[in-house]
This record gives sequence, structure tokens and C-alpha cells, in this order.
Amino acid sequence: LYLSSKSNMAFTLYSLIQAVILCVNAVAVLHEERFLSKIGWGVDQSIGGFGDEPGIKVQLMNLVRSVRTVMRVPLIAVNSVCIVLLLLFG
Amino acid sequence: MDLPQHGYRASAKPRARAGPHTGDPLLFADTSSAAPPMNNQGYYTPGYNIGGAPVGGPEDAGVNNLFADPMASAAMMYGSSLANQGKDIVNKEISRYVSVNKLKYFFAVDSKYVMKKLLLLVFPYTHQDWEVRYHRDTPLTPRHDVNAPDLYIPSMAFITYILLAGMALGIQNRFSPEVLGLCASTALVWVVIEVLVMLLCLYILSVHSDLSIFDLFAYSGYKYVGMIFTVLGGLLFGSDGYFVALTWSSCALMFFIVRSLKMKILSSFSHNSMGAGATAKSRLRLYITVASAAFQPIIIYWLTSHLVR
Repeated sequence: LYLSSKSNMAFTLYSLIQAVILCVNAVAVLHEERFLSKIGWGVDQSIGGFGDEPGIKVQLMNLVRSVRTVMRVPLIAVNSVCIVLLLLFG
Repeated sequence: MDLPQHGYRASAKPRARAGPHTGDPLLFADTSSAAPPMNNQGYYTPGYNIGGAPVGGPEDAGVNNLFADPMASAAMMYGSSLANQGKDIVNKEISRYVSVNKLKYFFAVDSKYVMKKLLLLVFPYTHQDWEVRYHRDTPLTPRHDVNAPDLYIPSMAFITYILLAGMALGIQNRFSPEVLGLCASTALVWVVIEVLVMLLCLYILSVHSDLSIFDLFAYSGYKYVGMIFTVLGGLLFGSDGYFVALTWSSCALMFFIVRSLKMKILSSFSHNSMGAGATAKSRLRLYITVASAAFQPIIIYWLTSHLVR
């Protein structure tokens, strides 16, 4: 079987960086009061029981909230850089 | 003439001695502290001798050809002090992001450990004790404990896998240098993805284990040994040999991962055993361990099947 190219997806580090940026952007655009509170994932709804092992949903909500808080400003810079690079180099 | 010479040597020696931090005598037997004082003496003595005695000393004229100009020797000293400052700054910056001591722990291996670990990766079924041994609160280095994870074997196996992939492609006349880089970055990206997914799962299930990010890289990197074994089997014995080696290394690697991670993930749970909620949690942790093990054969097949056709 003479294959001319690799049969599986050719991952480069650049495509990994692109995927990570897209995922972080997706988490960052979840709006707090228009969306997350409506489906019960708001900030005020995560302070549940004070057992020493919070559940999966609480951990996920904490993760979403912390990603949105921490990555908001760096994402502005990273997205601008990506836009400029994509405009220049296609 | 002698005073600045002594002053510089005196200041150079403590710096050379303080360099290798001997806070952890288990890590390395560092023999580098003997060398720098000799070098400094070799460099700076001739320069000062020439600057001090331009007419005398025909016996050291041959040695001092490099430093015939006192300006050059002064510039040399200034440059080396700048370089040392730069090195200190770089070390400080790097140790802010990546704790170098923790990284050194993973490379403190010796050949006996490497042999035993490789044997364990290929045939783990007879090993009895999978517990990582501790020494006064810190985990033992890989040199002293065969169960400890290390980063030497994964990195060496990664490079060997790239070379083997190049050879396999060359045998099929499909080689070009870009394909080599593509193969390397694909393998690296899959390991990074696996480590990120494991970190996410461990965080979401609030598993308070002592698995650091380097530990996860180590356990994910052990699959490269399986990949090398599989590719070698395929190259030496054709397509049948490839599938035999694939099933053998998949089973061995799955057993290895399950036994190693079971100690780290599931045992951290036994400290706070609550009530009915405990069984669901422990079931999820078991799923994580088994899923991580089941992912290994898939990725081994995915990354090596195109090499052996």
C-alpha cells in the first residue's frame, strides 16, 4: 500500500495553540447573567454545602468562573495578535 | 598587582562553591565544583602577570600570547562577569516558572534503574510492590526506587521514536525532512493533550493526589517505549510482527498504567471515606484510571500504523 502522505491528522504545535485559544475564547464568552444564571451555573449558585469534597458541577462552575476572570485581559492581547497574524499571513 | 588577583580569585571561589546547592544530597554527586577554580586561575593569572611585569618573565611568554594586551584581559574579565550576571538572571527567571529542583529530581537516574524500568514497561506482570517509597517526607529519587516516575526514559524514548520513524519512512522511500518534524510534533502534541485532559479530570473530580504536572508527563511519556517496541516488531517481522508487538505492548502498558496510577489516584481517596457519596466518587476515579490506560493502545496504533505498511 503506497500512501503518499500520512494517514492520520498532522498535528503541529501551532494547531494545538490554535485549538487552545479557541477553547479558552469559548469559555470566556459565556455571559454571567444572561446565560449561566439561567441554567443554574451562576456564581451565587455555587456556594453549596461545605463538605470537604465539592461536587463535579461546583468544580466546573468554579473552573468557568476562574477562567473568565483570569483570562479576560490576556485574551484581548492574544486575540489581537492572532487577528493581525492571520490578516497578514493568511 | 597581586591584590586584585587574589581579590578576584577569592570572589570567584565562593561563587563556584555556592553554585551546586547541596540542599538535597540524594540527588546528585556533583563533581563540577572542582573545575571552575582551576579555570579561573588559568585565565586570570597570566593577564595580571603580563600587566605587572612587562619586561621580566620570558618563561611565561609562551603561555601569555592570548593576553599580551592588558586591555583584552580586562575586557575578558568584564565580559565573563557580565555573562555570570546574565546566567544568574536567567536562572532566577526560569526558576520562577519551572522549579528546577523538581525537574532535577526526574533526571536523577542511573543505568540500573533504566534497565529495571524498561524491563518493567515490557513485562510488568511479575512486579509485586508498586508503592512509591518515601524518605522523610520527600519521594525517593528514581535512582533509589524503581517505582518512581522519571523523565529521562520518556525523553530518550521520544527521540528514539523520531529516529525510528525516519528510518521506517526511509525504508519505504517516503522520507523527507519535513515529515520527521511533523512526526515529532504530532507525538508531542498528543502527549500534551493527554496531560491537559488528565489535569482537567483530576481537578474536576477533586482528586487531591500528589501527581504534579511532571509526573503526568512522565506517565504519559512511557508510551513511547511501547511505540518503539511496536515499530521495531513491525520493521523486523512485517505486518504480523507489528500486530503481535502492538497487542503485547498495549497489554503491558495498560497493566503498568493501571497499577501505577491506582496507587496515586485511588489511594488518596481512602483518607476521607464518607457515606453513600463515596462509592460514586471512587467509581469515577476508577473510570479515569481505566480510561487513561485504554487510551494508550489507541494512540500507539494511531501514531505507528502509518510507519509499518
